Amino acid sequence: MTDLVEDSKAEVVDRVIIRFAGDSGDGMQLTGDRFTTASAVSGNDLATFPDYPAEIRAPAGSLAGVSAFQVQISDHDIMTPGDAPEVMVAMNPAALKSDLHLLTPGGTLIVNQDTFEERNLAKAGYDYNPLEEGEDLAGYRTIAVPMTSLTKEACKDLGVKPRDAERSKNFFALGLVSWMYSRPTEPTFEWIDDRFAGKEQIIAANKAAFSAGHVYGESAELGDQRVIVKAAPLASGTYTNINGNTALSWGLVAASQLADLPLFLGSYPITPATDILHELAKHKAFGVTTFQAEDEIAAVGSALGASYGGHLGVTTTSGPGVALKSETMGLAISLELPLVIVNIQRGGPSTGLPTKTEAADLLMAMYGRHGESPMPIVAARTPSECFYAAIEACRIALTHRTPVMLLSDGYLANGSEPWLLPNTEELESIDIEYATEFNHVGEDGEADYWPYLRDEKLVRSMAIPGTPDLMHRIGGIEKEDGSGNISYDPANHSRMIEIRAERIKRIEVPDVEVVGDPDAEVLVVGWGSTWGSITSALGRLRSSGHKVAHIHLTHLNPFPKNLGEVLENRKHVLVPEMNLGQLSLMLRAEYLVDAKPISKVAGQPFTAGELEQIILDYVDEKSTS
Amino acid sequence: MTDVIDSEAVPETSRADWQSDQEVRWCPGCGDYSILTALQLLLPELGVRREKTVFISGIGCAARFPYYMNTYGMHSIHGRAPAIATGLALARPDLDIWVVGGDGDMLSIGGNHLIHALRRNTNINILLFNNQIYGLTKGQFSPTSESGKVTKSSPVGLVSEPFNPISVALGAEASFVARSHDMDRKHLQEMFTRAHRHSGASFIEVYQNCNVFNDGAFAEITKKDARDNMLINLVHGEPIQFGSEGQFGVVQTPGGVVIVDVSEVGVESLLVHDETRLNPSTAFSLSRLATGSNMPTPVGVFRAAVREEYASAMSNQVMGVAEERGKGQLKDLLHSLPTWEV
Repeated sequence: MTDLVEDSKAEVVDRVIIRFAGDSGDGMQLTGDRFTTASAVSGNDLATFPDYPAEIRAPAGSLAGVSAFQVQISDHDIMTPGDAPEVMVAMNPAALKSDLHLLTPGGTLIVNQDTFEERNLAKAGYDYNPLEEGEDLAGYRTIAVPMTSLTKEACKDLGVKPRDAERSKNFFALGLVSWMYSRPTEPTFEWIDDRFAGKEQIIAANKAAFSAGHVYGESAELGDQRVIVKAAPLASGTYTNINGNTALSWGLVAASQLADLPLFLGSYPITPATDILHELAKHKAFGVTTFQAEDEIAAVGSALGASYGGHLGVTTTSGPGVALKSETMGLAISLELPLVIVNIQRGGPSTGLPTKTEAADLLMAMYGRHGESPMPIVAARTPSECFYAAIEACRIALTHRTPVMLLSDGYLANGSEPWLLPNTEELESIDIEYATEFNHVGEDGEADYWPYLRDEKLVRSMAIPGTPDLMHRIGGIEKEDGSGNISYDPANHSRMIEIRAERIKRIEVPDVEVVGDPDAEVLVVGWGSTWGSITSALGRLRSSGHKVAHIHLTHLNPFPKNLGEVLENRKHVLVPEMNLGQLSLMLRAEYLVDAKPISKVAGQPFTAGELEQIILDYVDEKSTS
Repeated sequence: MTDVIDSEAVPETSRADWQSDQEVRWCPGCGDYSILTALQLLLPELGVRREKTVFISGIGCAARFPYYMNTYGMHSIHGRAPAIATGLALARPDLDIWVVGGDGDMLSIGGNHLIHALRRNTNINILLFNNQIYGLTKGQFSPTSESGKVTKSSPVGLVSEPFNPISVALGAEASFVARSHDMDRKHLQEMFTRAHRHSGASFIEVYQNCNVFNDGAFAEITKKDARDNMLINLVHGEPIQFGSEGQFGVVQTPGGVVIVDVSEVGVESLLVHDETRLNPSTAFSLSRLATGSNMPTPVGVFRAAVREEYASAMSNQVMGVAEERGKGQLKDLLHSLPTWEV
């Protein structure tokens, strides 16, 4: 199926990082996505990083409109989409201007020469043509290809309108890069057939453009550019390439099946969470109801209403939406009803950087509500782990009758990686019981139902509407423990606050596992999507002889029971976070340790190289002290 | 709400069966008492089960209602009851769901949820107790307070115009819209019964007296000796006529509807009320007849139109897809994107 030729000229490398950059209208996300799929089918390990602007279509050719997709493919296990690309495709001057600094020195630059004309150059802020003058491209191997005209030429006999032909130029780029990396053609052609079914001319144009790119590589003596990345020795099994939002959506469906409760999603469109609404809307066959509400508040309200009725109620949003939902979360805490709030974090505050990543909502998840209102927090660490994190969040919500915050971020949401599919029969069921009988005897000797009677984990009894005889009222006013009747008694209020805190503390979460050198003096503590960068950085440090330990938190409230012990007796506790030090603040408060934040708030994930350099300062200090 | 088909006979109940053990804590003389009584007396007649009945409320005096009903109930947060009820109705179409709130709750902080609940036409009965004042926070103007009103938050007079709740509901495409008042139990019960039987979202505005902060707001139209001349009873299929002798009537004009002397135009010229009309324009004109609670005011059902009910339409989609494609299998879902073997 592949054209993986034994090309004597082709160089074998263990990994490569490629960045496709162009105008928002150039189809770079699609190009990157197709290249990724073909690489996945070739058996590479990979990780992707779509990096695109907030505007749907910023002015064509402008710097603001540059959209990029970075992918790392390798013959071994990798954790990140890589630091500096070795190959960059720049479809226009703006893409060159905005992303060239990312390209590694000596790297290969492929540009669409046709776009380097006066108007586009001016829009990108060039008063000269960098392909012809100046020092911008010094130190790179530049391949200038007239992609637009070659694409039009390839399409000229197909009867395709010139405008449609021009729009296929991203497939030319894809064809060229596919040739360079010996990617199979079939998956892309099958995808084109499927995606554009019924539009024969567009199918023909895209295939012609792709083939023209492929042929260009062969015929234009680019043989010395050809590279082979062999398949990675991954654990055996069935794989699929998955991004975080899809994995998270599937995790919610899985949780609903494991709990045997219908899934209800109340949501309001917001970047970068909306894809979950789209994905779940497709899965009605699983009994999933998706309700696009009038606003964020109604989205969470409807989910809470569905939970009250005995469904698995979930709402999905991003930071600003969480702010709007916070009053309802307080109600859910008071009512002690299950609810999952999914926060796909983005750059903030306010609209901030909606399409860029950040993880600065941890303290909001922890403390961002009125009153004493503790809520469990679960955070996913990789795109595929979003599946398990979603199940875990639902499990806690349903079995402990509490709202749970599930944290992901833009980087996980849109980034993808190969996922070894689990055996669905081995996923643990979620066992919940609703009350069906009286649970109390009143002073008059009559049996009755008390909704706030608790088990040993302090989880209250829950009877859903429709259950005969157990009619009762719940509400946001403070209630008497046990009966649930309104109570303004000071001692009762104090007791209820303590119970609400204690019952979250009693949630059992797995111990945190120390990776690397368990007794290292330097411990790196991470949470969320920094896992890949931290793991890569520490791998490099260890391979150069440094001792360093890593823990990564999935449960941020309650913390794992062994966390305090693991933090003890370290010379340095370092906390890389895409915020100004929120987890480090929590660790300092809880364990009185000198947790030092390593911050990045640039709308971009940490690169492994950045972290390696920063952490190196601390491990080096050890050897000189 | 449409009558639920119940294979077993619904047990007979009395008013006491629908009363919770909680002490009712509204101010003595509050109009809410008579509304509560009207409903508690009516529910045993409707052939519904207590365990299938749910009251959801927001915040405000009216919103304490669920605590007094021996049904399932949730006293939620300010303005959000229609949203919470919508989620419950979508999840549980077998339930009879009532939403209770005041004018501040439903038309101010929760205005967005109200209009969208009505637009979607989910099977919930929404009771808006309109007393034209904020009671629980002790006397600020509300979105239904009349212009010029002096309250604690408008000491020199309110400078904004009020909402007309019936107009708002009709503008929001509500399929069932009615008005009643707390001085007429029989009429209230008739409206509640109609709302209960309606498939889709039902909206009832109840003029309710707040005897502490806005006493007598509706007295000019609802007191016994004023009703004949001040309340225009809308009856489906009948000419719209009122007055102790039936001497007044309503006729349609190119600009809307106006009140006339029947003796001048003749009964045959009067507008015949048709609550089922799909176009809400006439109902809207009727809602504009009175611009203050000192003018002849229509009560009864303004509109009872047949529109697709949202929860059943949504659940039909879910079931339809499941039938067409078969029940979803998790394993198939996980294998639905391109896969490869290692």
